[in-house]
Amino acid sequence: MNFPILSVITFLPFVAGILILLMPANRKNEIRAVALTAAVMDLLLTGWVYAQYLVNDLQGYQFIEKYTWLNIPPINIDLHFGVDGISAPLVLLTGVVMFTGVLISWGNDDPHVMAGIQDRPREFFAFLFLLAGGVLGVFVSLDLFMLFFFYEIAVFPMYLLIAIWGWVKTREYAAMKLTLYLFIGSVVALVGVLAMYWTQYQNTGILSFNMLEMENAGFSTAFQNIWFLPVFLGFAVLGGIWPFHNWSPDGHVAAPTAVSMFHAGVLMKLGAFAALRVGVMLLPEGAHTWSWLIMTFAGVAVVYGAFIAFVQTDMKYMIGFSSVSHMGLVVLGISTLNETGILGAGVQMVSHGIMTALFFAVTGMIYDRAHTRMIPELGGIAKVMPFATIGFIIGGLVSMGMPGFSGFVAEFPIFMGVWREQWLVAVIASISIVITAAYIMINIRKVFFSPMPEKLEGHISDVTVLDKVAIATLSLLMIVIGMFPAVIVPMVETGVKYIMNLLGGA
Amino acid sequence: MFTSMTFASILPEILILTIGLLVLIFEPFWKEDQKRNAGWLTAGGLLIAMLLSMVFGRPSEPTEVLGGMIRFDWLGFFLKMLFMFAAAATALLLMDHEQVGKRGEAYVMLLASLIGMNLMATSADLVMLYLSIETASIPMYILAGFLVGDERSTEAGFKYFLYGTLASTVMLYGFSLVFGFSGSTNLYVIASALTAGSISPLLAFGVVSLIVVGLGFKISIVPFHFWAPDVYQGAPTPVAGYLSTASKAAGFAVILRLFFIAFPEFTNTWTMILAVLAAISMTVGNLLALPQTNIKRLLAYSSISHAGYALIGVVAFSQFGAASVVFYMAAYIATNLLAFGLVMAFSRITGLEEITDYAGLSRRNPLMGLMMLAAFLSLAGMPPFGGFVAKVFVFAAGVQANYTWLVIVGIINSIIGVYYYLNVLKYVYLYRLPGEDEENHPIPLTQSYTIALVVLVIGVILLGTVFGPFFNWSDAGALNLF
Repeated sequence: MNFPILSVITFLPFVAGILILLMPANRKNEIRAVALTAAVMDLLLTGWVYAQYLVNDLQGYQFIEKYTWLNIPPINIDLHFGVDGISAPLVLLTGVVMFTGVLISWGNDDPHVMAGIQDRPREFFAFLFLLAGGVLGVFVSLDLFMLFFFYEIAVFPMYLLIAIWGWVKTREYAAMKLTLYLFIGSVVALVGVLAMYWTQYQNTGILSFNMLEMENAGFSTAFQNIWFLPVFLGFAVLGGIWPFHNWSPDGHVAAPTAVSMFHAGVLMKLGAFAALRVGVMLLPEGAHTWSWLIMTFAGVAVVYGAFIAFVQTDMKYMIGFSSVSHMGLVVLGISTLNETGILGAGVQMVSHGIMTALFFAVTGMIYDRAHTRMIPELGGIAKVMPFATIGFIIGGLVSMGMPGFSGFVAEFPIFMGVWREQWLVAVIASISIVITAAYIMINIRKVFFSPMPEKLEGHISDVTVLDKVAIATLSLLMIVIGMFPAVIVPMVETGVKYIMNLLGGA
Repeated sequence: MFTSMTFASILPEILILTIGLLVLIFEPFWKEDQKRNAGWLTAGGLLIAMLLSMVFGRPSEPTEVLGGMIRFDWLGFFLKMLFMFAAAATALLLMDHEQVGKRGEAYVMLLASLIGMNLMATSADLVMLYLSIETASIPMYILAGFLVGDERSTEAGFKYFLYGTLASTVMLYGFSLVFGFSGSTNLYVIASALTAGSISPLLAFGVVSLIVVGLGFKISIVPFHFWAPDVYQGAPTPVAGYLSTASKAAGFAVILRLFFIAFPEFTNTWTMILAVLAAISMTVGNLLALPQTNIKRLLAYSSISHAGYALIGVVAFSQFGAASVVFYMAAYIATNLLAFGLVMAFSRITGLEEITDYAGLSRRNPLMGLMMLAAFLSLAGMPPFGGFVAKVFVFAAGVQANYTWLVIVGIINSIIGVYYYLNVLKYVYLYRLPGEDEENHPIPLTQSYTIALVVLVIGVILLGTVFGPFFNWSDAGALNLF
């Protein structure tokens, strides 16, 4: 019996969250210390999984653990964990975002700076860890019921995190909107999941939520055509797919910094990942039937998101819509249903996760000090916050898809894959690259390098050491992926090969 | 013929009766400030009774005892344990109620009603069924109107009484027709006598409708729900909690046993009626919950909609469906008692029951804030709480039985539910008292509340995570219906 590393990774945040809740509320620094310890431990464990993943072994899933949770016919639920080439990098990504999110939320004793979480950090970290545990659970679950269970766990702490600690002006509205959108999406997918469960039983006589068995359930083409769209779109709502993306920028803007990082960094990947794993992998024929529609939605999201981001004056809205655009690229990659496209989508999920987390972290730092995020009201940040500026510029270069950074490694295969299926979509979608470059560069010039407005003069201090650690971690990762694609591409490829086997049959 | 089997089958009821008698004997001798100890006696006694029943009163093969009046099986046993757990929690919550806690007769009424509910879960005969329903109801009429001098409570008691007697009379008429057609009051004999051709479908529809009136009242589904909001609001809060959980679960126990065993030949008729009522209940309950400002009325409408969700498992008419209903009841009892217990603990200190009054609760008492979170998220059907698993199971049973349309209605309704449950949590966590000085307005919990609420919250979480054993028992019970 090997060390059950995936269960430890998944349940560690829950245990840490409960521990934190049991601590006295006024011991704020001890609470933060416990949170950081737990985050570091999870980061190390996820890193270990990443490092130990065997890229030459094409059996599909690794680190498999399976415990029977409930086996009373007709219900059979296993605690069944495992990672493939797509999910292993996402697990590491979650560890990274968790670690940097805790650092960013630490707080700052400077009275001019409203940084971090000063109000009730105990509840904040507890809910944040609940969220993290849910996210990790989805990435590693191979049992549909458990996937669903963790998926829902990841949804509801968002409401509290945004509503309690969010931006006063819009938090109530945004939190409720986000929760309702995500809940609607997930319950629509739930009906599809239940239909799959019973149909599998009719076809094969197997009663199981095990996704590995469901891959061979022999769903008829008609069945797949009916249920693919509810399942795929239901999950993809969380991935911010157009036209169901509306909750996402509002949520980003209202959320506190660490939650924005989580939200854009991992939560949206959760949607795309679940849509891929449940929608495409279990209903491949349905995917072939409907790929044109998904591709259209994603293509619109890519271009539309970029244009809307271009006209924003609030930095968080700008990044929020750029997320819609970049997540559109992920879905676009998935919709190609060819090896190159899905490979790009897998890398893009990681690249975009790190990039947006960095963007939101820096934006949060600026907002904490300048008390505004409006691009016209900002300026000259580079002089006082040089370290954060470098981080933002690196993020910007990734966002534009500059070679040498992770964005290029991800976007290039996506466009290649799309070209193979439908060259026109690739041409239209590539407009977004130009637009993205424009708004990122305009933003960098105005916010960081134009003269500082008078009323900000003297109010802005540099970021703290903890902030620098967070920025450095995220920036370095993007450069490493960009310079040495070999650290991630072969791994994602193993996952893609497995998916291609499933898709090939149709 | 009084065998050891007979004794085992009614052991819980004998023990409950003993507790009631003990309360009656001791209570007059206690001083005024000791009288709340009747609550400890009731709760502790019920705990011991549960343990004793689990050791000596476990059923083996389903048997009919006491002349076919009672069916001794796992379904009844598991439900009995649930009811006794609910009554014990209710007794703890009653203890510190200002007007009720020191009145020994309140606990005796609670126990008397509990005996009725226990028998409802095991009756295998129409006569016994009717008697047990009345035994369960009459003490509740009194308890609902227990706050003499409080107009709302008096109204609640009277309203509950009028609706209850009317509904049970209609149901009795239905029972008498069943007896007329089948020549027997035993559910199993009825099943073999009433074959498909023996009475016309229209007649079957009429008879089933009459019975549904009485049972629909017990489980408060639309259109027999009008009493629920007023009664829940007026009755002492722990009593309302008990009414909305154990009483409702007892109603479901009767529905399962009566329809599954006595009318399998007329499945199409009663599943159609119940499916329509389930859809209406969920929708009306949730829509009417939206504009509520009083938290007890909100919980009343939410309980109406929850009866609708649970009915999905009934109309599925399968072993899995029945098991999911029993599991739903277990999760719902723990969750809703927790919610009502928190409402009680809050209004005991503040005297307030409006949703807006809950502003700042999470700062006034962080533990209560977290418990509110667990209770309302469980009601909304979010993991890792019992409500999620229960809902997934009834929906799964519905899809399995090709009632996908009903499941879709249920899913749309659970989305509406999320909105108003989160709305309450918004006050608890987001809003603050006008002066923002919550630390000066703490809400202390007494010992009995702490015990009851912590046990309930652990139950809600266990049902949502380690649901294996609970579902196993539910399933063993459901097996007895086929």
